[in-house]
Amino acid sequence: MVTKSDYVGLEPAWCPGCGNFGILKALNSALIELKIEPHEVLLVSGIGQAGKLPHYTRGNVFNSLHGRPVPPAIGAKIANSELVVIAVSGDGDAYGEGGNHFLHAARRNHDITYLVHNNQVYGLTKGQASPTSDAGFVTKTTPDGAANPLNPIALAIVSGASFVARGYAGDTDHLASLIKKGIAHRGFSLIDILQPCVSFNHKNTYAWYKERVYELEDERYDRTDRRTALEKALEWGDKIPIGVIYKADLPVYEDQLPALSRGPLVRQRIVPRRGDRLLAEFM
Amino acid sequence: MPVDLNFVVGGEAGQGVQSVGLLLAKVFARSGYHVFADQDYESRVRGGHNFFRVRVSKDKLGAITEDVDILIALDSDSIRLHKAEMTSRGIIIFDGEKVKGVSRKKASLLSIPLEKMAEEMTGDRLMLNTVALGAALCAVGHDLAILNGVLTNHFGNGKVSNRNIVAAKAGYDYAQSRRKGTFGKIEPLSGAKRMLLTGNEAISLGAIAAGCKFMAAYPMTPASSIMEYMAAKSREFGLVMVHAEDEIAAINMAVGAAYAGVRAMTATSGSGLCLMVEGIGLSGITETPIVIIDAQRPGPAVGLPTRTEQGDLQFVLHAHHGDFPRAVLAPASIEDAFWLTVKAFNWAERYQLPVILLTDQHLASSYATIDPPDLSQVTIDRGMLFSEKQDNPSEYMRHRLTRSGISPRAFPGLGKALVVTDCDEHDEEGHLTEDPGQRTAQVQKRLRKISPLSRQTSTLEKYGSRGAETTLIGWGSTYGAIHEAVDILRKGGASVDMLHLNELWPFPKKAVIDAIRKARYSYAVESNATGQVAQLLKAETGYDVSGRILKFDGRPFTPAYIAEAVRKETG
Repeated sequence: MVTKSDYVGLEPAWCPGCGNFGILKALNSALIELKIEPHEVLLVSGIGQAGKLPHYTRGNVFNSLHGRPVPPAIGAKIANSELVVIAVSGDGDAYGEGGNHFLHAARRNHDITYLVHNNQVYGLTKGQASPTSDAGFVTKTTPDGAANPLNPIALAIVSGASFVARGYAGDTDHLASLIKKGIAHRGFSLIDILQPCVSFNHKNTYAWYKERVYELEDERYDRTDRRTALEKALEWGDKIPIGVIYKADLPVYEDQLPALSRGPLVRQRIVPRRGDRLLAEFM
Repeated sequence: MPVDLNFVVGGEAGQGVQSVGLLLAKVFARSGYHVFADQDYESRVRGGHNFFRVRVSKDKLGAITEDVDILIALDSDSIRLHKAEMTSRGIIIFDGEKVKGVSRKKASLLSIPLEKMAEEMTGDRLMLNTVALGAALCAVGHDLAILNGVLTNHFGNGKVSNRNIVAAKAGYDYAQSRRKGTFGKIEPLSGAKRMLLTGNEAISLGAIAAGCKFMAAYPMTPASSIMEYMAAKSREFGLVMVHAEDEIAAINMAVGAAYAGVRAMTATSGSGLCLMVEGIGLSGITETPIVIIDAQRPGPAVGLPTRTEQGDLQFVLHAHHGDFPRAVLAPASIEDAFWLTVKAFNWAERYQLPVILLTDQHLASSYATIDPPDLSQVTIDRGMLFSEKQDNPSEYMRHRLTRSGISPRAFPGLGKALVVTDCDEHDEEGHLTEDPGQRTAQVQKRLRKISPLSRQTSTLEKYGSRGAETTLIGWGSTYGAIHEAVDILRKGGASVDMLHLNELWPFPKKAVIDAIRKARYSYAVESNATGQVAQLLKAETGYDVSGRILKFDGRPFTPAYIAEAVRKETG
């Protein structure tokens, strides 16, 4: 049986009240409820406060470079398709430094789950604007206000992601259910997580989100329709929807690799002599 | 008389220069001759001037030569640009109905209505290249039987092959009727069958034999054909080649796959490697074994995309910030490219570090005949692995401090051990730490791996006069050209030898110094502008070479060029 004690990691070095605590709690609950043992999961993170998350739980951990959790997560998933692979980023990591990887991982529909802690500000480097900062957001690097924000939900949908959700760090039960759905989904699952930053974002606070965030109701929202989902993705301001915004059955990259039909690459033996039959092609 | 024949096929991009050249090379390889062929092409898909050189000999060949015996000119530019290289017995084959105003100079001219004959005999004017091929074989007195087999292999059994065979015979017969007869008769040789392949193909075969299961890369000349070959063999050999969105993704994917337990590599050229630099350090600090192929081309930046240079040595020795071990290998020949690739994977896993294999456009896209590698001699050394049968998985620490600096590897998901690593400085378990003691210990642990690795690099090739007065120092793809230059110089009475390096880092200091200290003169022979191996030699040993023979026009060395440069230097 998988229990809470299986997922106790190092003591977090986050600020008291940080939205990351809610995300950590939701991730642990999701893994426990799915009965996934720590050795079956691989957490690949980037750099930023979010990047530290894997150290604060348990599992296999590859804490990667800034902006790069997605490529090594893809490499590891292809090498061992039995692993549950979860990539973890912040908004700067995912949508700034790692933007190109995000687009193409969505396009190719790799079978990984991507948790993006989106607090609309840089935390680790102390308060600069991020790609998702609201327009006009004043920071030391944007004294005249930030430019227009990028829309990760819309980008993921148009790029070809097959599971696109938005969660909120202040609602851990709902977030845990989203993470469970994302892990269970075959294909690229983005879960963009709204996360208050108590130290550097004094605009998008718990109180600010509480007034705006609402759950998408299952029976009234057709999340399998791409146009409907795109329209929903554009909703931001007085009301902010959370939940699964788009879900589709699309071809999964790993399923199209003939080499994986024989099982995980990592379990296949190396036999140099098999190459003998290639030599004749050159004679 | 020893056979040393040199063919050039020249024309515009898109005219089929490469395929005619390759078919010609295959004919002589199958005839039992040694072949060395190279491609000179522009960075364009149509037009311009491309040529393909095929050199044929009874003896082993490792370089091109400038003298042309047979020129197959598919356009008038090919005659204009190559006529000065023709030998006195040389023959220029061209379509006199298309190419006008060719003046007879040194070489004899063999004008054939190539296009008209192709049209008449096969109904397909594109067969004109094969008509020329038949004529070329006639000119050197080589029969068509082998070509017919090569054409059938190339085009498959069927109409296309048959039409090509007809076209070749037409060209052969036409040339026969106007036979100049300067080359006698070149008979097929009996003997062992050899392979004809490029450096990139040799690397790909080496990677497959070594059990590489994962490659991620982004297309870049002259490395792309490695990606293409690996992708083509992915189904049959159970490997995956990911065409990544960029070089940054490619190297990071390879590191991720290697962390998860498979042999992984990437391949690129200089400016692609610039983008990959962060991944070299990621491999270094997480101690994840990867193989990086850098097929060099002239830089900086985009430089000369389709040309050759050895300009990345100092770059790959230092690429990335911080101190950590790496290895740098540079194949000396196409055969060596196969074996060094195998070695690169073994070193990467044994020492858990990035291994860079430096080739260049010349080696990557040249063809040579080699004896088929004996794959029973390929050893697979995966280094120290953690065993859950012997040790408690709950005590596993990925970066355990050991005397050798090497920590046993476990792979995520294959057992109960949790494999934790971090590109931040980390403790033995792999969790990030800023503790000064841990930091110092981990840096020292990683650097300890260089010591056993240093004892591995000592493969030095020395060739030439005993107790030579002059030593030529080279590395990587220039081996064949320098080797032949030594022969030329010795025939002229010079006391000269060569020292060639294919393992550059860790630098084999002692072996190198032992090999050169008695020489009165030493010259670094390099395809770069500053003498990068000479700098390395100076930095590592304090030794100054007497001079540098450098070429950085993007074209490969020829033996004659090197010999002439040495004569000038030594007066």
